[in-house]
Amino acid sequence: MKSFTYERVDTPAAATAAFARTPGARFIAGGTNLLDLMKLEIETPSHLIDVSRLKLDTIEPTSDGGLRIGAMVRNTDLAADARIRRDYGLVSRALVAGASGQLRNKATTAGNLLQRTRCPYFYDTNQPCNKRQPGSGCAAIGGFSRLHAVVGASEACIATHPSDMAVAMQALDATVETVDKAGKARRIALADFYRAPGSTPHLETALAPGELITAVTLPKPVGGTHIYHKVRDRASYAFALVSVGVVVQPDGSGRVALGGVGYKPWRVKAADAELPRGAKAVTSALLAGAKTSHENAYKLPLVERTLAGVLAQAKG
Amino acid sequence: MKFDTPATENPIDQLKVVGKPTSRIEGPLKTSGTAPYAYERHDAVPNQAYGFIVGSAIAKGRIASIDLAEAKAAPGVLAIVTAASAGTLGKGDFNTARLLGGPEIQHYHQAIAIVVAESFEQARAAAGLVRVRYTRDKGNFDLASSLDGAIKPPAFFGTEPDSSFGDFDAAFASAPVKLDEHYTTPDHSHAMMEPHASIASWDGDKLTLWTSNQMIAWSVGDVAKTLGIPRENVRLVSPYIGGGFGGKLFVRADAILAALGAKAAGRPVKVALPRPLIANNTTHRPATIQRIRLGATPDGKLTSIGHESWSGDLKGGGPETAVGQTRLLYAAPHRMTAMRLAVLDLPEGNAMRAPGEAPGLMALEIAIDEMAEKLGMDPVAFRILNDTQVDPEKPERKFSQRQLNECLRIGADKFGWASRNPKPGLTRDGRWLVGTGVAAAFRNNLNEKSAARVRLDRAGRVIVETDMTDIGTGSYTIIAQTAAEMLGVPLDRVEVRLGDSLFPVSAGSGGQWGANSSTAGVYAACAKLRTAIAQKLGLDPAKAAFANGKVSAGGKSIALARAAADGEVVAEDMMEYGDLAQTFQQSTFGAHFVEAAVDAATGEIRLRRMLAVCAAGRILNPKAARSQVIGAMTMGAGAALMEELAVDKRFGFFVNHDLAGYEVPVHADIPSQDVIFLDEVDPTTSPMKAKGVGELGICGVAAAVANAVYHATGIRVRNYPVTLDKLIDRLPAIA
Repeated sequence: MKSFTYERVDTPAAATAAFARTPGARFIAGGTNLLDLMKLEIETPSHLIDVSRLKLDTIEPTSDGGLRIGAMVRNTDLAADARIRRDYGLVSRALVAGASGQLRNKATTAGNLLQRTRCPYFYDTNQPCNKRQPGSGCAAIGGFSRLHAVVGASEACIATHPSDMAVAMQALDATVETVDKAGKARRIALADFYRAPGSTPHLETALAPGELITAVTLPKPVGGTHIYHKVRDRASYAFALVSVGVVVQPDGSGRVALGGVGYKPWRVKAADAELPRGAKAVTSALLAGAKTSHENAYKLPLVERTLAGVLAQAKG
Repeated sequence: MKFDTPATENPIDQLKVVGKPTSRIEGPLKTSGTAPYAYERHDAVPNQAYGFIVGSAIAKGRIASIDLAEAKAAPGVLAIVTAASAGTLGKGDFNTARLLGGPEIQHYHQAIAIVVAESFEQARAAAGLVRVRYTRDKGNFDLASSLDGAIKPPAFFGTEPDSSFGDFDAAFASAPVKLDEHYTTPDHSHAMMEPHASIASWDGDKLTLWTSNQMIAWSVGDVAKTLGIPRENVRLVSPYIGGGFGGKLFVRADAILAALGAKAAGRPVKVALPRPLIANNTTHRPATIQRIRLGATPDGKLTSIGHESWSGDLKGGGPETAVGQTRLLYAAPHRMTAMRLAVLDLPEGNAMRAPGEAPGLMALEIAIDEMAEKLGMDPVAFRILNDTQVDPEKPERKFSQRQLNECLRIGADKFGWASRNPKPGLTRDGRWLVGTGVAAAFRNNLNEKSAARVRLDRAGRVIVETDMTDIGTGSYTIIAQTAAEMLGVPLDRVEVRLGDSLFPVSAGSGGQWGANSSTAGVYAACAKLRTAIAQKLGLDPAKAAFANGKVSAGGKSIALARAAADGEVVAEDMMEYGDLAQTFQQSTFGAHFVEAAVDAATGEIRLRRMLAVCAAGRILNPKAARSQVIGAMTMGAGAALMEELAVDKRFGFFVNHDLAGYEVPVHADIPSQDVIFLDEVDPTTSPMKAKGVGELGICGVAAAVANAVYHATGIRVRNYPVTLDKLIDRLPAIA
């Protein structure tokens, strides 16, 4: 770990101003991922701006009947919120499928979205990794790739995004609210938030340097049956091999998003339309153009079968 | 004391303390965080500095150059030691690769430098500034493609590579029912909670290491040999160990580099291996490829058993002895086993809990399940039918005790085996496919000589000193129970001091020999102390009875403490062994039963019930023994379902080298576990009449799980771990 300086800020404006003053700074909230990355010198910020005390830790109704979740709302609190549990069960179920109680107590809503891949080559600084060290290559391609992406990957990177919560939020059409260095607020649909790796896998989101997430908003509830099935080798405390989040309406329509298959929570609007025709049709639409290695080819049938099981469960 | 004839009645047989379920006497220290582990010995010596180890970034080749300038200039740095500055180092007898690499690199993450600084953070930051250029050599990292070049290794810890009996080839060729299958087991990491850690302090030319080590005397020798100093100048202290599983049988880089760093810095230095370094820097259980051939008559008698195993290791290393149990487990008149060893440039392979038997039974006990099915027989009945009460390769040699059939019968009864549908893939519970599996457990018993010193102090307290270790197994407690039984005092009158090379040399912890061997050593010392006490009190040592804090003989009864009224009474002795282990085959047996459920859609496997029935001699402490067995069952579940060091065959290293990537079971993976110990005493093993259970508990578990998954799904997986990607294409269609 490199030496770094630290300051705590009280307002978003102070946070972005601090960033503008200190090149090489990073925001830190729960720190459940960033500190690990700093210990391994994968992240080497010269300055940490602690945003964990910003008054962004409430969940409020929005004018259009949705919820605005403050960026600093802890994963535990979000999963347990009565409105989330009643109207956005997918979010609650996805959250408790992730990490551990201790980590969820620390981890924040914004931090969850910004956590970085768990590709083991990304974590080993002896290995080439375009995400960690642009231009160095990708050791995962042709290597141990059982956990890696099957859609949306590139010649430069096949890492997946590890978040469960983001899968649920993607299915529910969440929007990310930010404020930039100049104090200007903007809204980014979660669908547009993650950048495809292309030839620049180190650039992961639509955020500009110093831009701070202030909230995530969920539109008004869509009803239906919410199921999140996270598939993994051990029963807890593991990242998804694949995960399937669905909202299914009584008429069989609905929406579906996948985790563990790509650089972002994977949702294809055209696939939603296939839901009444069943898992095979949906999976074909979701994973069209999938590219697999012999180690991760299982993810294609696994997605289809998991979805089939989930849809059967939704029917009751 | 020499143990060379079967034990007769002795004070242990009173079973007032021994044999009682007893909580760990050091348990409160551990659960309250007050048992100091090696890295926490802040009290041991002042002025400790911190060392951080740099691991090689390549698997094979040479260091072309190391630039230390930036690191040396970093804040707080006191010293940096590399092979170039360490002076001449030897290599320990128990190490295959050197613990400080350079310029030659033998494996990935081999230590190449230690950076010593005032703080841990400074040492770690400076370690990141060590600039190394390497010249890579081509290495051999793939076992499967190395079989042709594999050689017949020399005998390994007394195990010959090959065995044969009868005429296997002819018998197998003519067998009416045959099985010929290949199985694979992957590399496993010990993944103990406490990382390898040491504090080193020099006093002139004398070195003290507070460390985490299972085998004190072996390791004193290897520290001395590696550093080129007399063994009298080395003291090891290792009273608490946060798990070892074989990974701490040997001296590792933390100890040697702490010593080198302390020498260079002129201060005590503490070092812990960072978790991401452990999988590749230290040892692991090597992967195997196994071929098993079984021939049987239609009525279910095995006529031929053939078991071959291939494994790999660094040059100079040894094989995984995966065929050992096959020489002893089932009857058959025609037999062959063979082990072959390939040279691989992966990190060093070595012992992990039940080396040999654990991976060997992972394969053999699937094969037995498959053969039972071919024969249309129940797998419990098939095993019982092929039991042997003698060493099948030396029929004149009997097992000292062998209750495998009883384990199977009692287990089947307790588990409800009779209600099992013999056809696989037919039992459904909602979305789950449900199955049950069984496997035999087998692990040889080993006795190792072991010494102890026992003191009776003026207050009537008994103090036991031995360099035996407690790696979480309960050594402290069974040793205290032994001394309490022998001297007729309550448990709380006994103090046990372990893990210090100043104490008499014990068997140490390994090969499940620790419990019987170390307590037998304490028995010998206590027997000597009883004589000394009786003489001191003027009683006939041959007739003296020790009970309730008193010594009684010839109508007289005297308080034990009286013997120490004018000073401590001390006795030291060692238990040594004659040839009873050659006359009799001493082994431990068990049966594992598992119920598993497989999600019919996703192939996710979740265990529902586990039962182990064990026959392992006298159980000295049923509570500690049960803990050993349920821990081993958990580890077996990991081997069955998730544990695999993923090999990068291009760069030659284990990729998933942390506890996020190398999955071991969590609480949610482990269902109801039950353990039954059969009532057994084995007078051929020692006056304790005990054997080991800590490794027996893992033997066969993974196969029982794999067999349960087969029974649930009808899908036979022969390549561990049994993960859903190996099932997914063959699961039933979803409605």
